[in-house]
Amino acid sequence: MSDIPADLKYSSDHEWVRMQDDGSAVIGITDHAQGALGDLVFIEAPEAGSIFASGDAFGVVESVKAASDVLCPFGGEVLEVNSALDDTPELVNTDPYGDGWLIRMQPGDAAELDGLMDAAAYEQFLEKEA
Amino acid sequence: MPEQTPLYDAHVALGARIVDFGGWNMPVNYGSQIEEHHAVRNDAGMFDVSHMTVVDLRGAAVRPFLSRLLANDVGKLREPGKALYSCMLHHDGGVIDDLIVYYLAEDWFRMVVNAATREKDLAWIRAQASADGPTLSERDDLAMIAVQGPNARQKAAGVLPPEQAAAALALKPFSAAGIGELFIARTGYTGEDGWEIMLPAAAATAFWGRLKQAGIHPCGLGARDTLRLEAGMNLYGNDMDESTTPLESALSWTVAFEPQDRDFIGRAALEKQQAEGVARKLVGLLLEGKGVLRAHQKVICAAGDGETTSGSFSPTLGRSIGMARVPAGCGGECEVEIRGRVVPAKAGKTAFVRNGKAVV
Repeated sequence: MSDIPADLKYSSDHEWVRMQDDGSAVIGITDHAQGALGDLVFIEAPEAGSIFASGDAFGVVESVKAASDVLCPFGGEVLEVNSALDDTPELVNTDPYGDGWLIRMQPGDAAELDGLMDAAAYEQFLEKEA
Repeated sequence: MPEQTPLYDAHVALGARIVDFGGWNMPVNYGSQIEEHHAVRNDAGMFDVSHMTVVDLRGAAVRPFLSRLLANDVGKLREPGKALYSCMLHHDGGVIDDLIVYYLAEDWFRMVVNAATREKDLAWIRAQASADGPTLSERDDLAMIAVQGPNARQKAAGVLPPEQAAAALALKPFSAAGIGELFIARTGYTGEDGWEIMLPAAAATAFWGRLKQAGIHPCGLGARDTLRLEAGMNLYGNDMDESTTPLESALSWTVAFEPQDRDFIGRAALEKQQAEGVARKLVGLLLEGKGVLRAHQKVICAAGDGETTSGSFSPTLGRSIGMARVPAGCGGECEVEIRGRVVPAKAGKTAFVRNGKAVV
C-alpha cells in the first residue's frame, strides 16, 4: 500500500498539495505516482515567476522507463523550485512528501483548491483506479 | 488475458510490478530498476525469460534448411552445442526477427525467437519448409532463466550437483549443453558473462528459489532493457523491423555473404542495397545535455535528419544513451529534439558498456 499523509490534498493526476501559512502551496507527486514511474532520473522544472493555469503541465518527471508531465492542480505563479532535484532526482522516490517536493506556488484563486481530494478520498480514488 | 510464465506466482510473491509485455504478464522490476541494473553489472542478477519462444527443428535436412532461412551461416556451427546469432529476413531484406540458433546434432537444431513475433515467425518458418523439410516443435514445456553478471556463473553453479556444475562452468562463450534436465547456454542479453538456462516448466519455481538463495538478484525487464541498450544490443521492433535491413541496423557482422554460393533468403536484396550504397545506418547516441532520450525523437545531423529507435537513462554512465537511425554520413556531434528542446548529443558506436566497464 502506498503512503498517503492525512494532512495533504490530492489531485486526480497524483500530485499532492501542502498549504503553507503564508497562503502559498507546495506541490509534489504522490508515493503511488513515484512507485508507478520507477526510479526518477531527470526532473524538468519551470522557472520561478512562471504563470500556469490549472491543468497546465508545469514540468516533466522522467524515470528510467518513461517521461510524464506534471500538471498544475490549480492556477497561479511559481514562487520556488526545488533545485536539489537537479542533481538528486531520486529524492522524489525516497522522500516524495518531504525532500522530493517539486515546486511552491502562489494560487491565483484559492477556490480552485476546493476541488482537490483529502487523503480518504484519494485512497478511494486509488482503489478504484487499481 | 495476457499469458503467464511458470514463474508468475514467484514474481508476485517477490513484490514485482507486473506489466503486459508482448502478450505476457512479466515483471518490469521488483522495486528499483537501477539497483537491479547495478546488480547485473557488479554481481549477479537473474531474469525470467520464459516468454521467449523455443523451437526445435528436427530432420535430416535441417542444416540446409537453416542455411537458406538465416542471414548468418549455420555452416559456422561445427561443434555440437555451438550457438549463432542471426537475423531471419524477408526476400526484400527486411528483418522478420533476430534469434539464436543452437546446433545440437546433425538432425536437431534449436532456435530461440522473440515472444512478440512468435506467430509470424512460426508461420514464416513453416511456409519455407518443404514437405520433406524439418519438423518444428514449440517447446512450451520449457521455462528459461537468464543468470547474468560477473559472479553469475559461480553463484548459479553453486546450486548444481558437483558434476553438473563442472560441466556448466566448462562451457565456452556462445556454447550450450544439455546437463541433467537443464539446457545451459553461455549466452545473454546484458553485455555480461552468464548463462541462459532452459529447464522443465514444472521445475522452474524451485530452481528460481535456489538461485535466489545463492545470492542472485531477481531483475525485471526494465533492467534487461537498460542493460542491453548499454551493451549495444538491438531490440527487435525498436531498432530494426521488417522495414529495415541488417545493413541499416548495425548488424552487417551477422550477415554471412561468404560462401558466395549460399543462397539465403534476402541475399539478393542485400547485395543490391550494398551495391547501390546503404543510405542509413544505426548509431549509438550519447546525450551531452540534460534530459532523457526516448524512441522516436528527431535527430538533427549535418548530413540530414534521423530518428531515435531506443533511448533511456544509462545507470552505469549516469547519463542518457540511445540508438538512432540516421543518414550514412552522420557521425560525431548532432542534436536531438526532446519535447521541443534541442539538446546536443554525440553519435558513435552502439556499444557503451562491456563487462562492467564503460567503453565510450
